[in-house]
Amino acid sequence: MAPLSWDGMTTLRVLAAMSGGVDSAVAAARAAAAGHDVTGVHLALSSNPSSYRTGARGCCTLEDARDARRAADVIGIPFYVWDMAERFHSDVVEDFVDEYARGHTPNPCLRCNEKIKFAAVLDRAVALGFDAVCTGHHARLESVPGAPGRTRLVRSVDAAKDQSYVLAVLRSDQLSRAMFPLGDTTKERVRKEAADRGLGVADKPDSHDVCFIPDGDTRAFLERRLGSAPGPIVDADGAVLGAHDGTFGFTIGQRKGLGIERPAPDGRPRFVLSIEPVSRTVTVGPADALGVLEIEAARPVWSGCLPPTGPLDCLVQLRAHGEVHAAVCEQADDVVRISLREPARGIAPGQAAVFYDGDAVLGSATISGSAR
Amino acid sequence: MSNARDASGHDRIQEPEAKVAPASPVYLDHAATTPLLPAALAAMTAELAQLGNPSSLHNAGRRARRVVEESRELIAEAYGARPSEVVFTSGGTEADNLAVKGLYWARRAAEPARRRVLASATEHHAVLDSVRWLSEHEDAQADWLAVEPDGVVTAATLAAAIEADPATVALISIMWANNEVGSVQPIAELAALAAEHHIPFHSDAVQAAGQLPVNLAETGATALTITAHKIGGPVGVGALLLAKGTQPVPVLHGGGQERDVRSGTLDVPAIRAFAAAVQVATERREDEGKRVAALRDDLIAQVQAAVPDAVLNGTPPGPGRLPGNAHFSFPGCEGDALLMLLDARGIACSTGSACTAGVAQPSHVLLAMAADEARARGSLRFSLGHSSEQADVDALGAVIGEVVERARRAAR
Repeated sequence: MAPLSWDGMTTLRVLAAMSGGVDSAVAAARAAAAGHDVTGVHLALSSNPSSYRTGARGCCTLEDARDARRAADVIGIPFYVWDMAERFHSDVVEDFVDEYARGHTPNPCLRCNEKIKFAAVLDRAVALGFDAVCTGHHARLESVPGAPGRTRLVRSVDAAKDQSYVLAVLRSDQLSRAMFPLGDTTKERVRKEAADRGLGVADKPDSHDVCFIPDGDTRAFLERRLGSAPGPIVDADGAVLGAHDGTFGFTIGQRKGLGIERPAPDGRPRFVLSIEPVSRTVTVGPADALGVLEIEAARPVWSGCLPPTGPLDCLVQLRAHGEVHAAVCEQADDVVRISLREPARGIAPGQAAVFYDGDAVLGSATISGSAR
Repeated sequence: MSNARDASGHDRIQEPEAKVAPASPVYLDHAATTPLLPAALAAMTAELAQLGNPSSLHNAGRRARRVVEESRELIAEAYGARPSEVVFTSGGTEADNLAVKGLYWARRAAEPARRRVLASATEHHAVLDSVRWLSEHEDAQADWLAVEPDGVVTAATLAAAIEADPATVALISIMWANNEVGSVQPIAELAALAAEHHIPFHSDAVQAAGQLPVNLAETGATALTITAHKIGGPVGVGALLLAKGTQPVPVLHGGGQERDVRSGTLDVPAIRAFAAAVQVATERREDEGKRVAALRDDLIAQVQAAVPDAVLNGTPPGPGRLPGNAHFSFPGCEGDALLMLLDARGIACSTGSACTAGVAQPSHVLLAMAADEARARGSLRFSLGHSSEQADVDALGAVIGEVVERARRAAR
């Protein structure tokens, strides 16, 4: 896709993705208030809306479609529902299940941004004559200093709501056609603005869980999809401590729900250290065994800088809402080797490693392995 | 109309306007609803200022009753019915429900062996889902009548379905003209077949009523559904034309206002406006039919010139097709993308399909006409009516080529 240069463009034709929540409603309203030609679209992610989340939260219900429509009415923009159910199912839901089956811990929101919102939806929007896709993500876009026309992703001013991590998978050509009007605003102010603009979703609760798992029970959802696949829970020496119904019920660093009756001899809590899906083995051990210094991550995307040709000093974030770690990264072929200055815990394959320079995103890659 | 909002974000009531103007400058969706005729608007607003429940015995009630009965007579005359054969309802959906469920229940009560309901596969959802409901909850057996690729149910198809076991048929329901593709059914022939076997015959004539000579007595049908807002009357009122001596089991119970078949206080302003619209539409029907058909033919020509591979669905233009209907499949396009692009250019049309949360499902009508799913999804209905002009057709002709090209790129 051709990147878009906004230089000299004052009025863009903007497709606003409207989930029915407060953020995307205010984002669309701001885009319209800025003078852009805005069209609202609600993405129907399930062909049978009631089969996903029921209730006010999330992104898939009839009620959400109605809330989005009402917000579009109040803003005064055209509104349509786009059926993205098939793409969402194959690219996000099936990917989520497959990743767990492989012993990984996927991030479906990231995948949805990568494959749906800024791929399928953006491509369709561009083909239909739109210049950009606007969402309510909490992140900023700014020009790369010294590189005119290049856009990079920057954390939101609201650190608690920052969503740059789940957007960092986007390429610069995708970012050049993205519009995040909320990045300079705290969530609290977004809600107040929604009320001031007469948007009925001002007080709607935030969504938290995975939108296609209505009851929030990921393990039960995966068991329905993958069936029971029992295996052993062992310690680092291979001694069997317990059993489980499927490795998909675990993520590295997990402490709760291990179902081991015997406490560790030293009385310290146990954590999941590794997941081996072929032998269905879950290895547990003490917290200090979780720490890793070396991480490998695949399929890098460098949106905020050129692909590094040598060691790159940067910050790296290794899970959503996780802390940042000082690191040196080096890319060889399609793999980034990340050397952390201090050990980090709970590093799960499948999660994204996102590289930052201060608050600015340099790029991202998918964690494939780690070592102490 | 200005769009002033109060604190809650709702539009404030504005001064009335004499003319009903569609929101889109080019309105090609008359089959969804057609602008209120000035005569209907005047009748309705005049009556809204009046007092009286037509069931009341005092003077105010008598005045309201008189309005209702005069309206009933006008409507009856227009559609070849006696006044007592007009049962007012809240619209087409209610009339269809009353006909399908009510006639089935009545027939089954009289002869318990009669459980088969024969209906065309291209019925409007008001009939389709009523029949489905009967089959799921009331022991009915739904026998869907196949249509030809042009959407028509042949007499041979109906005859074969009846003759499979004539004694078990409770009801036949076949629409007069299809709301999506405009195909007109051979209603007189089909109704005659039903009459031979003494089977109640219902036809949803909602789309036909404003455009074709719909006549209860001449067809010999048991029941016909009509509704006001498709012919220039208000939304929220319709009628079941119900042949004398037919007593369906009620769906709505209550005061029994309409022949003890339908209960509910009659909506006098809407009924008066309905009659006004029927009167105008009937007077102008032949001239308007020719005028609108000529516009439609030009629309078809312009679309096919701009998009040579566009497929016209339904019967060919002529007496077998609603004069205001043009329905195309645009290969390689998604209907909803076409609709959005046209909407952005001020042109209103329809994908003609049922919606769940606004998600377009492939049309059951086109699927029944042996279209594949892609063709069904890539289709649009343009429907003309009393306010349509040559400029509307030209506006579509000017952009349809570019719009289809763009939608094709988006579908790749």
